[in-house]
Amino acid sequence: MTGPAAPDASGPIGGTPAIVPPAGRDHAGTTPGRAELQGISKRFGATQALDDVSLELLTGEIHGLVGENGAGKSTLVKILAGVHQPDSGSIRLDGEVVELHGPAHARSLGIAVVHQEPQLFPDLTVAENVFLAHAPRARLGTIDWGGMRRAARSIFEELDVKVDPGTLVRGLSMADQQLIEIAKALSFEARLLILDEPTASLSAHEVDRLFTIVRQTRDRGVAVLFVSHRLEEVFGLCDRTTVFRDGRHVVTAATSELTTGDLVRYMVGRAVSLFPKVESPVGDVLLEVRGLTRQETFNDVSFSVRAGEIVGMAGLVGAGRTEVARVLFGVDRPERGEILLGGQPVRFESPSAAMQAGIAYVPEDRHQDGLVLDFSISSNVTLPILHRMFPGLFVRASAERAIAGRYADRLQIRTTGVDQTVSDLSGGNQQKVVLGKWLATEPRILILDEPTRGIDIGAKVEVHRIISELAASGLGILLISSDLPEVLAMSDRILVLHEGAITAEIDRADASEERVMFAATGQADDRAVGVPASDDGAAGAVEDGPRV
Amino acid sequence: MSELAAARPAAGPGPTVRLLTVVARQRELSLVIVMVLLGTFVATQAPQFLSITNLTQVTVLASIIAIAAVGEAMVVLTRNVDLSVESVIGLVAFVVADIVAHRILSVPAAMAFGIGLGLVLGMVNGFLVAVLRVPSIVATLGTLSIYRGLAFLVAGGKQVTLIDLPAGYTDPAGATILGVVPVFLVIAIVIVVIAAIALRQTPLGRSVYAVGSNPEAAEILGIDSRVVTFVVFSVCGMLGGIAGILWGLEFGTINATAASGVTLQVIAAVVVGGVNIFGGSGTVVGAGLGAMFLAFISNALVLLSLSQFWLQAIYGVVILVAVGLDAALLRRVQRSNARRRSS
Repeated sequence: MTGPAAPDASGPIGGTPAIVPPAGRDHAGTTPGRAELQGISKRFGATQALDDVSLELLTGEIHGLVGENGAGKSTLVKILAGVHQPDSGSIRLDGEVVELHGPAHARSLGIAVVHQEPQLFPDLTVAENVFLAHAPRARLGTIDWGGMRRAARSIFEELDVKVDPGTLVRGLSMADQQLIEIAKALSFEARLLILDEPTASLSAHEVDRLFTIVRQTRDRGVAVLFVSHRLEEVFGLCDRTTVFRDGRHVVTAATSELTTGDLVRYMVGRAVSLFPKVESPVGDVLLEVRGLTRQETFNDVSFSVRAGEIVGMAGLVGAGRTEVARVLFGVDRPERGEILLGGQPVRFESPSAAMQAGIAYVPEDRHQDGLVLDFSISSNVTLPILHRMFPGLFVRASAERAIAGRYADRLQIRTTGVDQTVSDLSGGNQQKVVLGKWLATEPRILILDEPTRGIDIGAKVEVHRIISELAASGLGILLISSDLPEVLAMSDRILVLHEGAITAEIDRADASEERVMFAATGQADDRAVGVPASDDGAAGAVEDGPRV
Repeated sequence: MSELAAARPAAGPGPTVRLLTVVARQRELSLVIVMVLLGTFVATQAPQFLSITNLTQVTVLASIIAIAAVGEAMVVLTRNVDLSVESVIGLVAFVVADIVAHRILSVPAAMAFGIGLGLVLGMVNGFLVAVLRVPSIVATLGTLSIYRGLAFLVAGGKQVTLIDLPAGYTDPAGATILGVVPVFLVIAIVIVVIAAIALRQTPLGRSVYAVGSNPEAAEILGIDSRVVTFVVFSVCGMLGGIAGILWGLEFGTINATAASGVTLQVIAAVVVGGVNIFGGSGTVVGAGLGAMFLAFISNALVLLSLSQFWLQAIYGVVILVAVGLDAALLRRVQRSNARRRSS
């Protein structure tokens, strides 16, 4: 097995001669396209994840791909990895039209993917995880364990990573696992290397090493697609950069001709739907968080939520928003910091303790965490207050129905009756049942995690109306959302998280998509104080600045 | 986030984790050590424990269980379970004995038929689980009953007794090599070694671990879990067939209820041998040693004249301790790792 940066790497697979292009940024268009995507579309249920997207990845180029959450980056990666098949459009590899039947097929064509979430075998050793699909063989076709360990060791030396190839993966940190994923991709001669957020849990030194390796890989004639939330990484590494927005291709340009301001402007600008925000008087502080810290997820988070206030929480995937919510709801425990509820310090040992104290949390995945799909609406709504439904030995069905009916009316759930099974409802109405369920606990603080994801626009407007009314009735609401227009329209105040820290706190009057996006990508320092992002001054500052 | 990551110490697990990992991975060694300690103690209390007759008797039965446990271990490694193994043993034991008793086939041909029958029964299990996607616990609960029913159908209330069989047919059960090593033990060791090499050294063998350890990741690597599942159930059936033939040789007199209740012993051996009941880790060597270990425990308890209650209870406690130990070690490894990450 050749090491990843072997200088004599011969031509890539497919019979084409070795192409070693100049490693500059100006060769775009002069070298042949390694992978050409034409008019790719992909729909998941009601969501058009990719809409007629075309993209050309060149031999010997590092191509950056950026976009907001839900812009379609991950879908594109999964299509190239063979995980999803596009609904329409074509993929060419070195000029040849290919259909990727599955991940193994994509790999056999020389497409190496470093997935965002490590896909490893905890019970196998590090070396075997790297080489499982293409283990070096001894005579008789048996596995050459010594050769495998040596090859793995040489890759890790190349990466300058201290991981013992002989240890089990179970018991390794996320960072080590991520490095093993990278080693896996580098362990065979790829012609297209895709890195999907590869640096999420790496240290600065490891990121540097990775970038050196990626550049060397490019210089050997491999096309590299680099998907990242971190704009400074894109500027530091990529030759050309493409921006996606709402599943569409917005722009592809040489990175040297782009500024951070450009990128941010290309990324935002999603169509705004109209929903009413009822202005309501803001009361006393209900919830206060001081210096909340949980290792490797978020750090020193402080904010407050008042009665009648909607506090938006924006940020990119992995910024730590859900993790903060889980701590507030008693699912996880913080290492440092305090939570004050109505001025009293509290410490929740469990979600039920948080519930008792008046906190409700509507989780992101309503199917997995929020609803029992086979239960009726009334059984779902009364689930968190089940103890109140037992006057004696048995559940009082009439009380259940009465409570469920009250919330079904209040939330205008469209149903044939509260005995209807939840799985028969539309996504929007299911979401209302989840809301009803948590409102039945009569909370003072309501945490909503992506409350309108995956529901149609009509239902979305209604959910917004409900949120607004709940705030008006005196609840304090923490609204976590990746939908920027939603956050801007609904929130009295917006907190922006970037890599586990609050990078901006913006008042409703001063908020704009650009400001939020600057903060969400970690460019917040001067932007958050009110200068609208418009000129290109930020780009230079970023390139000179230290890598985060 | 990044500053936290930067503060992370150099990769590589700490000494505690290493030690725990070694202990967790060396179940085979710890089993042997416990067996030696236990054997020494029992020998001082009941000297007949070390007699050749006793040891032979214990190892011959344990060898049959060990052979079935090798197949069961492979199935468990893929996150499945085969409950039908005792019915496979019983059906094959009766059918082979019946064929030999009626002189329908020669002895070697009858044995080959028995192995083939076991293979087919295993393939049926594999088809149900891998192709029809019936959860293995349900599928093999069904075939546990069906295969036993088949045995009753074939036997029709009859039994094959020692006098029906050709002279010398059951001799291998008592035979030894070099005067001390039972032939059955040698057969079991050969099977364990072959299976261990296949699991360790072949791509298919590694796929067994991959599918059990992380099915999604295996899929991304292009490993077809259906093929792997089908193969392990087939092999398990085939080994059940071999165990069935040996069962017939050992007992001589066979009826349709042969080997009833053996499935629990087989699964106990697998679990005590350190195979993770949730799949992905463990070895067939461990499973084989697990079978020996449990046989020695039973024997020792009998020799120490403990009541039947204590025999059953201690047997159960041993299983719980073995599994509990696994869970505790796993938690320790994960917790020390979490500490390492956050320090």
